[in-house]
Amino acid sequence: MPSIGPLVYIKTPPDVSFEEQVILVLKNGEKRIGNVIYLSEDITTIQVYEGTNGISMQETKTEFRGKPLMLKLAPTMLGRVFNGVGQAIDGLEEIEYKEERDINSKPMNPVSRKYPRNYIETGISTIDGLLTLIRGQKLPIFSGSGINHNELTERIIRQANIQDDEDFAIVFGLMGAEYETAQFFRKNFEENNVLSKVVMFQNLSNDSSIERLLTPKIALTCAEYLAFDLGMQVLVILTDMTSYAESLREIATLKEEVPSRKGYPGYLYSDLASIYERAGMIAGRKGSITQIPILTMPNDDIAHPIPDTTGYITEGQIVLSRELYQKGITPPINILDSLSRLMKDGIGKGYTRENHVKIADEIFAAYSKVQEARALAKVLGEADLTSEDKKYLEFGTQFEEQFIHQAPNDRRTMDQTLDLAEKLLKNLLRGL
Amino acid sequence: MQKKNIIAVNHSVILAQGEGDFAMHDMVHIGKFKLLGEVIKIEKDVATIQVYENTTGLQIGEDVIGEEAPLSLVLGPGIIGNIFDGIERPLQYLKEVSGDFIERGIDRVGVDVQKVWHFVPTVKVGDKVSMNTIIGEVKETELITNKIMCSFDIDAEIIEIQPEGDYTAEEMMAKAKDINGEIFEITMLQKWPVRKGRPYRERLVAKELLLTGQRVVDTFFPIAKGGTAMLPGGFGTGKTMLQHQLAKWSDSDIIVYIGCGERGNEITEVLEDFPKMIDPRTKKSLMERTVLIANTSNMPVAAREASIYTGLTIAEYYRDMGYDVAIMADSTSRWAEALREISGRLEEMPAEEGFPSYLPSRLSEFYGRAGSVKSFNGEIGSVSIIGAVSPQGSDFSEPVTQNTKRFVHTFWALSRSLAYSRHYPAVDWNISYSEYIAELQNWYEENVDIEFLDVRQKMLKILEEENDLLEIARVIGQDVLSDSKKLVLQISKAFRVGFLQQSAMHEIDTFVPMKKQYEMLQTIFLIYERALKLIEKGIPISEILKTGILAEYEQLKFQIENDQLQKFENYNISVKNRLKKLEESYQQHI
Repeated sequence: MPSIGPLVYIKTPPDVSFEEQVILVLKNGEKRIGNVIYLSEDITTIQVYEGTNGISMQETKTEFRGKPLMLKLAPTMLGRVFNGVGQAIDGLEEIEYKEERDINSKPMNPVSRKYPRNYIETGISTIDGLLTLIRGQKLPIFSGSGINHNELTERIIRQANIQDDEDFAIVFGLMGAEYETAQFFRKNFEENNVLSKVVMFQNLSNDSSIERLLTPKIALTCAEYLAFDLGMQVLVILTDMTSYAESLREIATLKEEVPSRKGYPGYLYSDLASIYERAGMIAGRKGSITQIPILTMPNDDIAHPIPDTTGYITEGQIVLSRELYQKGITPPINILDSLSRLMKDGIGKGYTRENHVKIADEIFAAYSKVQEARALAKVLGEADLTSEDKKYLEFGTQFEEQFIHQAPNDRRTMDQTLDLAEKLLKNLLRGL
Repeated sequence: MQKKNIIAVNHSVILAQGEGDFAMHDMVHIGKFKLLGEVIKIEKDVATIQVYENTTGLQIGEDVIGEEAPLSLVLGPGIIGNIFDGIERPLQYLKEVSGDFIERGIDRVGVDVQKVWHFVPTVKVGDKVSMNTIIGEVKETELITNKIMCSFDIDAEIIEIQPEGDYTAEEMMAKAKDINGEIFEITMLQKWPVRKGRPYRERLVAKELLLTGQRVVDTFFPIAKGGTAMLPGGFGTGKTMLQHQLAKWSDSDIIVYIGCGERGNEITEVLEDFPKMIDPRTKKSLMERTVLIANTSNMPVAAREASIYTGLTIAEYYRDMGYDVAIMADSTSRWAEALREISGRLEEMPAEEGFPSYLPSRLSEFYGRAGSVKSFNGEIGSVSIIGAVSPQGSDFSEPVTQNTKRFVHTFWALSRSLAYSRHYPAVDWNISYSEYIAELQNWYEENVDIEFLDVRQKMLKILEEENDLLEIARVIGQDVLSDSKKLVLQISKAFRVGFLQQSAMHEIDTFVPMKKQYEMLQTIFLIYERALKLIEKGIPISEILKTGILAEYEQLKFQIENDQLQKFENYNISVKNRLKKLEESYQQHI
């Protein structure tokens, strides 16, 4: 049984089918999950999700399961922690599974979709007020290495809620996380008593990198079950998509595929789309899937293939700024580079407040003037600015310190956020 | 029955070997799931097949059955107002048979052949017919009359024709006999292979404007009916928004909107929006003239590749009836990526950035099927193509943008910096262009004004001067510029906000007729000329700005309704009077 990295090549047995699930049984009885990724008359290629370490050429047995990779599902998965291939690892009682689903779901028919129109409150002013997260939307967070986006992620999970009395759940997929990061999340969930509404899937950085390719699909299969079978409003958070894309590149290279940009495979777009497009709502069903994929922009470059292809698929983006982070403003959201495309249809009368759109527009306009004034101040010096520009500088500082900045336990309701924005705008207008 | 057996499976590409005789581009049904596929390469007895559906579960040795015909569409009444996937399966039908998620192995059905239409014959027994001769009509939607055409390329004579009445689409409507006595039956339906352009008698020069109601397009960078345009822009630059605006407001008879590898929610938005939108010319719902082809980014990649041709073939079919059809393809980059993905699976030698070396020739074939033509039945129709391009990393030097540029005549570059400063549509006037100005000269002169192109040119010059001045001002500051230069900056700013920016959400501004565009253009130019005169007489620009005229201009677009153009005349008089007053008061001062 020759193998290269996570790939194993065997002589094609009878009746094997494409993408079929394979269990490799090692000499010592250990089992590993894999699936068929190439099939010909002579050779079958198997991708082994938990790596091929310790797989001996002769003494490993393969069991073909006659079906693709499936995830077992039950309502009692809420509150539990699983590994990246969907096995419970929290040491609690056995789960009594009710169902089993193919982890590669079929594409949702566009005519079955319902256009997303209601929002999820995150308690974070910049998101709720200016980049409102709409149920059924996919809104990624673009971060940079060293910017503490895990803190923001933990906060969103802790604070996110919906205003009507629908059931709300969070599915959290961790990919390639350090042990400390995973512990940070688990500890915080336990301390704040939020674990009961969370299903957590974790693939750690020392787990097999190929396993990462499964984690988002497993998380979304679970989310689809909660949303479309059990009628819950589900928020899926996937971090870090950069680790996922790197695994994709790793396996593509091993398969000797033709690379496109920066060595990533040509199907990076289609592959990411098959994850992100699983967000949405279905007409006639109660639930919804909202996605926040989080990714680290390599070298803070938004034109890098991972953020670039993501931005083309998702409905907007939330961009974190190193500059704000270094000023001590958290969460360091750069509102001018960020955008929530679906916001316009899910706020205002009947959802938030009638003048929400107007408030958001005015904040964006004022804050972009702040940037102009700052640029000018750099050249001319602050003293030589017109009084109007000075006013804007003042507004900029106030806005960043009072509105963007939120202490870790400062959860603002939508009303508080909009009141604060109105107050800041009023201050500015009075000065002009 | 032509049959081969699977010998290899590699995602969307499979190999099949055996006795069966497959021809290039033949459709095949694969294995127990009856997946749809297309033959894309033949080597001895091994055929390479791209599969339009997910191949999970296929096994070595399963049957591949040939259809002995290439991927073809069923063309007939019932297409308009419908929404199809990339291989002409109505999505509503897919929902009925497979629920909210699309199952595999559902055969193509095309239009509903059982639906009853009211047929009115337009030929009688003894009439000569040939390719595309119209033998009758049915009212397909409130706006579109479907003309039933002969689909054979032979001279024949009508020997039987059904009287006016209600018939299903598959019923025999007429019989024709050719010179050898062979008899052809004509129904409302015809089949056409998607990869083959429909023939016509004569290609005509495009000379009519495709009116879009979007100022920066119609006035500065127009596209002719039968022309080609591309719309490159990074994410968040408003590509899809502009495509939607063009689909809503273009004065084309029919819109074919191809959502190629894009977002599911966007298609849903179109489906919710368009039926509610009212066409300003016909006062009917926009769906009455729209066909949607939706192959979202998570649907199989080979069907995405086919969706472009499906849209084109439908467009050509209506063109042959004498309609002006506009295709909106969003986005052609996803189509090119589908080509790249399949090419990669075939292990072809890649050219630039992994794209296959035949990318330019495919693009050229695609845009080459646009044009204004005289059909064999004498009707004149056109197909215009507007292709959105999603450049990787917003970099216009990437292969899809660069190669598309070679084959289209109008280039609307969307700029990220304009979009970030909330300037929409974010068409960058400094690098966009249109090569149709010469062809459209007569049209503008007859339908707008004899001086229109002249004023347009002058305004472009001012914008170009602004660009240079901004460069200078960036280095040495605005203060050192002379007042006449400062005026150029001020006029340009007012023009950018008051003319080039256009609100898709505003009731009046979302669609602006050509006459109003010209009035707006004339007014800004009038302000410029008069103000320049004052400056030449030594009146400082600050005095001119104090009149508030430029600030007013920025709001004019919202204040003057599209059918109240006489208000421009009043406004122009008020501008002249106020500037004159300023001049007089200033002279007294001295």
